[in-house]
Amino acid sequence: MAVDNKVVEQVAHLARVQISAESVPDYASDMSGVLELAAQMDQVDTSSVEPMAHPTHAVQRLRDDVVDEVNQRDAFQAIAPSVENGYYLVPPVIE
Amino acid sequence: MHKLTLAAMQRSLESGEFSSVELCQHLIERTKQHNETLNAFVSITEEQALSEAKAADEKRAAGDTLGSLHGLPIAHKDIFCTDGVRTSCGSKMLENFVPPYNATVVEKLKSAGAISLGKTNMDEFAMGSSNENSFFGVVRNPWDTERVPGGSSGGSAAAVAGRLVPACTGTDTGGSIRQPAAFCGITGIKPTYGRVSRYGMIAFASSLDQGGPLAATAEDCALLLNEMAGFDPRDSTSIDRANDDYMATLHQPVKGMKIGLPKQYFEAGLDDSIAALLQQAIKELEKLGAEFVDIELKNQHLAVPAYYIVAPAECSSNLARFDGVRYGHRCEDPKDLEDLYKRSRAEGFGREVKRRILVGTYALSAGYYDAFYVKAQKIRSLISQDFSQAFADVDFILGPTTPSPAFKIGEKTSDPVAMYLNDIYTIPANLAGLPGISVPCGDVGGLPVGLQLVGNYFDEARLLNVAHQYQTVTDWHTRIPG
Repeated sequence: MAVDNKVVEQVAHLARVQISAESVPDYASDMSGVLELAAQMDQVDTSSVEPMAHPTHAVQRLRDDVVDEVNQRDAFQAIAPSVENGYYLVPPVIE
Repeated sequence: MHKLTLAAMQRSLESGEFSSVELCQHLIERTKQHNETLNAFVSITEEQALSEAKAADEKRAAGDTLGSLHGLPIAHKDIFCTDGVRTSCGSKMLENFVPPYNATVVEKLKSAGAISLGKTNMDEFAMGSSNENSFFGVVRNPWDTERVPGGSSGGSAAAVAGRLVPACTGTDTGGSIRQPAAFCGITGIKPTYGRVSRYGMIAFASSLDQGGPLAATAEDCALLLNEMAGFDPRDSTSIDRANDDYMATLHQPVKGMKIGLPKQYFEAGLDDSIAALLQQAIKELEKLGAEFVDIELKNQHLAVPAYYIVAPAECSSNLARFDGVRYGHRCEDPKDLEDLYKRSRAEGFGREVKRRILVGTYALSAGYYDAFYVKAQKIRSLISQDFSQAFADVDFILGPTTPSPAFKIGEKTSDPVAMYLNDIYTIPANLAGLPGISVPCGDVGGLPVGLQLVGNYFDEARLLNVAHQYQTVTDWHTRIPG
């Protein structure tokens, strides 16, 4: 299960992580190693096995549809890298 | 004073032998003195700790009790959000992140009267088995400072082993409480998945992550877990189930308990000297009346391969939240939104985190999801079924915590897969969601070794009971690095 440089670049784009050109081959080799390890799973036929959903088979709990949190916008914006008038600032998305 | 266990400190505070201020001051001085070498703490919250200790002493003098941990010093792994105190998760991404709220675990321990002396170092985002992946530098093992303390809760384990603090919180996704506890000669328990709230505990792999205590003894772990455990409506996978009193059952006899020895745990790959120490421990437990039987856990060898798909997959999804927009690191002068995301994440995350994000993204991408992620979740079912079958016949499963004692700093950093195999004995319990405890059971050339007991779901009380009984007839947990 060898991963080549192109796959690293594609996956890095999907994950929105910049990988420098010189470190792409290292990541390709690391990923290949992990996927080789994962390939050991193919030793077992799992065609009739249900994938695990939850260790103790718990189901999603629902709560009453009522407001139980106070607005903490100021507290959350205080730790943001860039805000203005209550908005988070990012580079322009629309030209 | 620092050599006392948490339980002994509790008695001394109650009897007035020393005050909480004296105790905290002493430990903070000790931490400042030794942290330069050990690097176990990333923040020391001296001012806050001493003012809380003073308040605790005043309350005590007035005849009030804050709770079962009144005035007792602890420290939190830097993965637990602490209101107003920087929470870095060992990452440059969160180097300056000051959460505006407390994790449930932090809140619970605080309201029980515990005093946090600071935050402990860890592998970045809890990804690692050696604490070499921290943005704040490697943590050193107090038993041999050329060696790793284990990870990812390496700072917590080193802080307890070095007697900087009697107990710490930790988290365990694939062994991150038990493995460092073993490497540092202390006790650590990973509770059943859902037992301890994950609210405010920075997420790595949500179906595996579980918080728990690290301390010198099983009794101290019980003291802490009594306050940490419990249902939390703010964690959607928290289990709504009445709490056990882990202290109340510590003294029950071990006689008649049946312990399984999985043949797969004693095969090739295990250090001979560790195998010999386990045999000694088995004899001790037999003397206490435990009965041993051989069992099979036939899919154990697939646990590491399945884990290194499930954990990276969940990591890639969880860490998508670090986008350089709402909090955390942001790159300089982004040219557009994509550049902002890509460079902020490239600069903020370390190599192992990026490696896992890439593997996880790959395993979840179109065309590979069934072959990797679904396959791994099926293997998880098989591993879990193996455990269920075993627990139909035995009360606990005993084995090693780690294949070898603590290794040298730098020894395994060049080969990620060799590093991953460190968790070969701890990962199965995470995949199945079962509780596990590591207890010191000897040393090899001066380096501590841990034995692991895995219990059935919600059997933390009996795990702590057996571990405590073992510690009444052995003294490995009382040894302190020179």
